[in-house]
Amino acid sequence: MNSFAIHVHDLHKTYVVSKRESGVLAALQSLVVRHTEEIPAVDGISFDLAPGEVVGFLGPNGAGKTTTLKMLSGLLHPTAGEVTVLGYIPSKRDKAFLRQITLVMGQRNELVWDIPALDSFELNRAIYRVPPADYRSILDELTELLDLGPLLHKPVRNLSLGERMKCEIAAALLHRPQVVFLDEPTIGLDVTMQRRIRKFIAEYNHRFGATVLLTSHYMADVEALCRRVIVIHNGKLLFDGELSSLVQKFTAHKTIVVQLDDIYADLHSYGEVISRDEGHITLRVPKAETARVTERLLANLPVIDLLVEDPPIEEVIERVFAQGAS
Amino acid sequence: MKDLAVLYVQQFKTTFASMLQYRASLFIWMIGSVLEPLVYLVVWSTVTISHGGSVGDYTAAQFAAYFIVLMLVNQVTYTWIMYEYEYRIREGLLSPALLRPVHPIHADISDNISSKLVSMPVMLVIAAGLAVLFKPTATFLPWTILAFIPALFLAFLVRFLIEWTLAQSAFWTTRVGAINQVYFVLVLFLSGQIAPLSLFPMPIQILANILPFRWMIGFPVELILGRLSPTQALTGLGAQLIWLVISLGLVRIVWRAGIRIYSAVGA
Repeated sequence: MNSFAIHVHDLHKTYVVSKRESGVLAALQSLVVRHTEEIPAVDGISFDLAPGEVVGFLGPNGAGKTTTLKMLSGLLHPTAGEVTVLGYIPSKRDKAFLRQITLVMGQRNELVWDIPALDSFELNRAIYRVPPADYRSILDELTELLDLGPLLHKPVRNLSLGERMKCEIAAALLHRPQVVFLDEPTIGLDVTMQRRIRKFIAEYNHRFGATVLLTSHYMADVEALCRRVIVIHNGKLLFDGELSSLVQKFTAHKTIVVQLDDIYADLHSYGEVISRDEGHITLRVPKAETARVTERLLANLPVIDLLVEDPPIEEVIERVFAQGAS
Repeated sequence: MKDLAVLYVQQFKTTFASMLQYRASLFIWMIGSVLEPLVYLVVWSTVTISHGGSVGDYTAAQFAAYFIVLMLVNQVTYTWIMYEYEYRIREGLLSPALLRPVHPIHADISDNISSKLVSMPVMLVIAAGLAVLFKPTATFLPWTILAFIPALFLAFLVRFLIEWTLAQSAFWTTRVGAINQVYFVLVLFLSGQIAPLSLFPMPIQILANILPFRWMIGFPVELILGRLSPTQALTGLGAQLIWLVISLGLVRIVWRAGIRIYSAVGA
């Protein structure tokens, strides 16, 4: 069909919800006439992913991320538009298609609660018809990458949230899917566990050449894993490109961190002072002025150290959403 | 087919393992499935005695045989899928199942069979105890025992498929409870659960022959107790086959339509 792993063109999803005013009269009225309202959750987005790409899918709550992932994995039928994943139309839920994808949701319970994870894995092996030899090798590999050894024989209900998430991810990848959809895979996990899972996703992508589309609230996930990001807001595509150019495009400022002996130095004339912390003063200056301001600072003040940075990615994303809303 | 067998074996293991974690609730379920036929048995025994020894073509001892066998047949064929399905849809548990490359009905069938395998030995012991208590009489013929095996299997399949289809109503309505209630009343009267169907007036008996309920419960019981002629037995097996085909068709149609709704409104 085409050389893309994922192809989305002018995709729409409109939910029809019934609407009712509050009150008894309105309740009676609704028995006769039903007012419905159309809510566009995904409103004409297009993008393509090449095989093996890892792409971050960003947007505020309710932007349409999960709806899009569900359409890509065949759980939801699109209202209009075109979707193909590995050449399949997801909503047909072809068995050959389902065997090559996975969708991991942060709150999803794939594992049977009362039995050890290993038993659930065995069930998945049968469901996905993984040949025994392949199963052993992938299980060994996942056990090593996620450090599952001590967890496999405990009943799932006795595992901590992070431990369970690691097992959930392993269960979702036992059939070695070519396309991996991750919806908030690190939600609610502590920083160490987040880092671990991040590293694992990168490693999985690297070893198996899988295509990964990932949503996350943690920018660290996105920064660590994705060169490319797709940003949506209110169901519309705001940005699709390299993470670095997102920063370029949406920030007109840089931050300069200056370290001085004189912690009370007044730097107002150089730029907007954002913070002051034990001799480190953080300034925000327009991008175009960065070089000139830096030069002046170095010339006029006894600078110990000076650092020019892009603003944190969280701030950039916030700015993107703010612009999208207006 | 071989892959499906592997899947069933694996699903058995999983269900076994997790069921054994809940021995207490399993036991309570079983008490329920013993009590209901026991109540009818006691009622009908009392009525029989006050009628001078028999009601219709049943003596007290034959009633005892009927309800003890009915209890076992019901144990083999009953399902809890209608309660489970509503919960599944409400809690969004269907989505993981839809992502698997296997029809979810397979997990339900093997789950049902394996839990029956766990509870069956206990039920047989209870049945033996009831037999000592109520002294049933029945004559088992080789051919009825032989015909009972496919009859019981078909009864299980038809009941499972029909109740699985009915469970799909959860896609359309949140008032599944009301539908279940109507269904249970129909089953109670038209399957032979509350009394043997031969005791009902003729119009009811004809209705019971047309509808599927008798073929899910009453028919195998009457068959093994030697109350049917070979012709009636064959006709019954034929009726079960017809209902099997119909219910298979229903499962397919209703499942497809249900999924279309589910995937339109948001999974």
